[in-house]
Amino acid sequence: MTTVRAPARPALRHRLAERGIDRTLLLLVPGLIFVGVLFFYPLMYGLTLSFQPRHGGGPFANYRDFFRTPFDRNTILTTFKIALPAALLNVLASIPLAFRLRGRVRGKRLITTLLVLPITLGTVLTADGMLNFFGLNGWFNRVLRSLRLVDQSVTLTGNYWGVLISLIVSGFPFAFLLTLSYLSGIDPSLESAAATLGAGSLRRFRFITLPLLAPGLAMTFCLTFVLAFSVFPSAIMVGDGEGRTRVISIAAYDAAFDAYDYSKASAIAMIMATIMLIVVSLVLFGRGRLYRGATGGKG
Amino acid sequence: MKGKHFERLRAAGVSRRFGDRLVLDGLDLTITGGEFVALLGHSGCGKSTALNCIAGLLPLTDGAIWIDERRIDTLPPERRGFGMVFQNYALFPHMSVRRNVGFGLRMRGVGREETRRRVDEALRLVQLSGYADRLPGQLSGGQQQRVAIARAVVVEPPLVLMDEPLSNLDAALRLEMRTEIRRLHQELGLTTIYVTHDQEEALSLADRLVVLRDGVVQQIGTPEELYRAPANAHVAAFMGYRNLLPVRVTSGQGGTVRVAGQGFELTGTNRDAVATSGSIAAIRPEDITVSDSGENRLELTVEVVEYHGREEAVQGRLSGGALLRLRTTVRLAPGDTVTVSVPPDRVLVFAADHGDGPAATAAADLPAGVATPTPEEVAT
Repeated sequence: MTTVRAPARPALRHRLAERGIDRTLLLLVPGLIFVGVLFFYPLMYGLTLSFQPRHGGGPFANYRDFFRTPFDRNTILTTFKIALPAALLNVLASIPLAFRLRGRVRGKRLITTLLVLPITLGTVLTADGMLNFFGLNGWFNRVLRSLRLVDQSVTLTGNYWGVLISLIVSGFPFAFLLTLSYLSGIDPSLESAAATLGAGSLRRFRFITLPLLAPGLAMTFCLTFVLAFSVFPSAIMVGDGEGRTRVISIAAYDAAFDAYDYSKASAIAMIMATIMLIVVSLVLFGRGRLYRGATGGKG
Repeated sequence: MKGKHFERLRAAGVSRRFGDRLVLDGLDLTITGGEFVALLGHSGCGKSTALNCIAGLLPLTDGAIWIDERRIDTLPPERRGFGMVFQNYALFPHMSVRRNVGFGLRMRGVGREETRRRVDEALRLVQLSGYADRLPGQLSGGQQQRVAIARAVVVEPPLVLMDEPLSNLDAALRLEMRTEIRRLHQELGLTTIYVTHDQEEALSLADRLVVLRDGVVQQIGTPEELYRAPANAHVAAFMGYRNLLPVRVTSGQGGTVRVAGQGFELTGTNRDAVATSGSIAAIRPEDITVSDSGENRLELTVEVVEYHGREEAVQGRLSGGALLRLRTTVRLAPGDTVTVSVPPDRVLVFAADHGDGPAATAAADLPAGVATPTPEEVAT
């Protein structure tokens, strides 16, 4: 009769499994390949390229040039002036709407579909539609004129407002969907409890809902801000032809495809990425100081 | 910490409809200041709806609620000033225990010093003095529920509403918290409405019980009244009358009736029995004694014996096949044949259904294992 004795050392496979190494790690492979090929490699390639200026002058010549030339340098401010209000407006406008539409509401699916529809259109189509709708002889101005609200057409395309409106149209659905899901994650009985304790609707929002929603709003702001900061098609199509809506992505485009200076374009792209990273880190740092635990709901 | 008492709270015809469903159908209830009232019923009977209507979290479909001479059902919850304890505690997760408990005082504009003093007192009352600076997520379920109770009572509300506050706790903690709630009520004298589906909880806590079924009040009374004299078979089932035997009335004389079931005959007390359609004889397990003398003697074959320490819970079968449950200190074993008896005044005979809905719903409400009379059975 043979008896099976426990080995002195557990098998290698068991020891690896203890440390989380097993075949399920293979599930990571597709994702890692995508990240490597489509993100990490181009990023590194661009980064190296940006340190090899076409006209010489040391590895940092491109960066120095960018910050010394007002025409380039000012694109940062221009982009901020468009992206910050757009992101803020998107987040702020999504709060009351999501607030009203959380839980069970009649016609919720229809309303949500209508609100989310702009995502499917793409920026070029949106910009094209805007030119027709908000143009000097578009429906919007014709209605305003026929209602005698204005004497002359309001200029809403070909300038700052055009770009801002297009960013709100394309960014709002994202902000709304995110806010709605964050809001649905907050247990409604918390508000009921606050109500029985004497808090009216405004104070319920201020003391209960808003603090619990704030981390989600910070996240939403980051995403819409990043989307808005990299605005390109609408800045060209509904923006100002004379450079007042010359955002940083246009500067990069000009460098790459007008001047054929890929090195400089890479440098601008790196600057752009760094700025976004700084803004996102600042917001996330602030978010880290908020309460981020369970909110009691099913979210 | 004494509540600002009212003389009486009066609900008159309070109804609530969800779509086509009438969840609460004309609740009439008068509560005097300082009373502890339990709303008791199965899930979906309308007890939580009633509580939410009183709290102001649900608008009424019909009816009115008065506190003394003031009508309150049109006020929003924040202006009623009641304290409420929720089933899932509903503590604000981003606030410390101190800020949770102090929230109601802050909303009322109570000063910083007084808030601090009263919160400390409330926390001492629920024995959580050392926990003021914790977040709710760092507390156990029982501690969270104690914070919720402190938060509700610290504002000295005229009325405290509790919505199944113990149902998320484990058995041992539930017993402990039950005593705690009773102690708080006695110490503070706060008028309390307590919703539960647990008859033991309701019996041990409340001064008065309201049994609800399908949105309709079945009986209102003291625990003693309900326990001794349930108004119908449904209330009896809730009050621990675990033997609900389908019978038919063979003869009646005043309050005493003679009934016959599957192979047995009993003398019982008429509660609202009907001769023509089915009746139910309700007997509590503890009213049955193992003895050869006494009235209503029955032959029983023991099937299951559960050891409960001082007593045994025994399940046996009568010769006719009907199931009978009893509690006894006599040691029995499965297979034993014994004679049991039950006094006629402890055999309550009811109509099989109380007349609000088809007979089928009555069967659905009865505890598992209770046979309902089919027309054939009743006719034989």
